[in-house]
Amino acid sequence: MTIAVTNLRVEDKLYQNRYVVDSGRPHIKVRPHKWPSANLFALTSVCPAKCYELNDNGQVEITADGCMECGTCRILCEASGEIEWNYPRGGYGVLFKFG
Amino acid sequence: MTEEKFDAIVIGAGMAGNAAAYTMASRGLKVLQLERGEYPGSKNVQGAIMYSNMLEKIIPDFRDDAPLERHLIEQRFWMMDDTSHIGMQYRSDDFNESRHNRYTVIRAQFDKWFSRKVREAGATVLCETTVTELARDSDGKVIGVLTDRTGDMILADVVVLAEGVNGLLGTRAGLRETPKPQNVALAVKEMHFLPEEVIDQRFGLKANEGCVIEAAGTISRSMAGLAFLYTNKESISIGIGCLVSDFAATMESPYELLESFKNHPSIRTLIAGSEVKEYAAHLIPEGGYRAIPQLFGNGWVVVGDAAQLNNAVHREGSNLAMTSGRLAGEAIFLVKKGGRPMTKENLALYKSMMDKSFVIKDLRKYKDMPALLHTNSRNFFTTYPQLLSQAAQNFMRVDSTPKLDKERATTAAFIKARSRWGLVGDAVRLAFAWR
Ligand SMILES: Cc1cc2nc3c(=O)[nH]c(=O)nc-3n(C[C@H](O)[C@H](O)[C@H](O)COP(=O)(O)OP(=O)(O)OC[C@H]3O[C@@H](n4cnc5c(N)ncnc54)[C@H](O)[C@@H]3O)c2cc1C
Ligand code: SF4
Repeated sequence: MTIAVTNLRVEDKLYQNRYVVDSGRPHIKVRPHKWPSANLFALTSVCPAKCYELNDNGQVEITADGCMECGTCRILCEASGEIEWNYPRGGYGVLFKFG
Repeated sequence: MTEEKFDAIVIGAGMAGNAAAYTMASRGLKVLQLERGEYPGSKNVQGAIMYSNMLEKIIPDFRDDAPLERHLIEQRFWMMDDTSHIGMQYRSDDFNESRHNRYTVIRAQFDKWFSRKVREAGATVLCETTVTELARDSDGKVIGVLTDRTGDMILADVVVLAEGVNGLLGTRAGLRETPKPQNVALAVKEMHFLPEEVIDQRFGLKANEGCVIEAAGTISRSMAGLAFLYTNKESISIGIGCLVSDFAATMESPYELLESFKNHPSIRTLIAGSEVKEYAAHLIPEGGYRAIPQLFGNGWVVVGDAAQLNNAVHREGSNLAMTSGRLAGEAIFLVKKGGRPMTKENLALYKSMMDKSFVIKDLRKYKDMPALLHTNSRNFFTTYPQLLSQAAQNFMRVDSTPKLDKERATTAAFIKARSRWGLVGDAVRLAFAWR
């Protein structure tokens, strides 16, 4: 399948990647919060896999399925305790064919 | 396996881990290497330029069977504004020597090959195994690891932390700090496939010759960042990276940045018609010398990106990773051969070997660069590229304006944008940081 190089959506980009999803065991969790901090809110645009989204109540939620395990959200939000970050179990998660 | 005790456990099968494991196993040490990916390389991302000299020191005849893409004969540096680029280019037939100096590689393939060498040298390599914790005795000495495979502890005299930039184990054990957002860049990268002949033709190459482009300018939207385009045999690696702190402050999205880089008129034609087969993201340590943590302790050493050993100015990382892994392996071998325990005092040998190597010398040379580029990112990544482009256009566009007026206009534009003192100051600061 040839994809035009222009203006790909991130969902289409991730579709090219290979993942082994560990169902029911997300490796990143967002702690319950009333309002997101600036860094947590920033993840809704900074996460390269667009895993973070704002829900209707103004809280940040994560769906870690497309996660490329880059660690950006850990660097920004682990110290403040807003997220819990772990690597997936061995063999699970993103599997780069080229890298 | 739980009954066995190893001379060394290496965590991670990237450039640093493979270099360390190979160095120790080929000298007869009993080595266990643990990698969380399905295969070595499945979690790793790189541009990727691989430097021959540092690999030759580990595997001298690597050219016989390593998966290499193209050897580099040309490098372009581009300063970009929204519609143009001004650049420097170096191309030399001297790089067509028989033992090529630099190659492009594809990490998933290269790491698999390197890991095969590690196995052949006698190490035990276990993939699909995430190390969850470092085991320590009552004195705090690292004595082994715990994994997500079994509940049992695996013991070793020394643990080599080659866990990469986002190394959880060392930071959670308090051996070093988690990198700060201003000390790491987030890079996104795509693999674009094109027929070999098309790449040859677009870049003026033949028979495995390669060309790379490094680009800075308005493409990073005032953030401190760089983009790259590297030719592989039948694909082009293209990506862009900026500091995580800048991403958080501007809320720019990395994939949009990459999309607009790909759509820049100077880039678009180079990748036109390609098939995208992968999208990847990874952090790059950019803190330089001042961000290097403690490199050794009781029962442990840290190597590669986990120790922030990355030269952002020259975009070198894998060679620093390989060299630190090799030196750690050699130091451990020497301590072991001397029949001495893997204490902090004895493992200090690794640090003294590192201090003598190009790794620490190069990073020390650029110790002020990260701070300079960070505090001045708007000038270096937006103002100057725009000014340079205007100046070039002013110079080349032929109209009825007298040349002297053109020169005056160019000078005035620089002074207006940065003031005389600003210009002199930036030049001096850059010169000092470079020195
Ligand atoms: C986009 C990009 C472009 C780059 N371009 C270049 C370039 O052109 N040239 C260059 O020289 N350098 C480049 N670099 C830098 C280079 O990729 C790194 O410096 C190099 O990969 C570091 O090697 P490493 O072994 O320290 O870490 P990595 O290669 O990241 O390896 C770490 C390994 O540890 C494993 N691991 C981590 N935690 C655990 C755990 N708990 N249990 C088990 N396994 C674990 C990981 O799965 C991984 O395999 C680039 C980097 C990026 C992101
Ligand atoms: S690790 Fe990277 S890709 Fe995964 S959720 Fe965090 S920011 Fe997104």
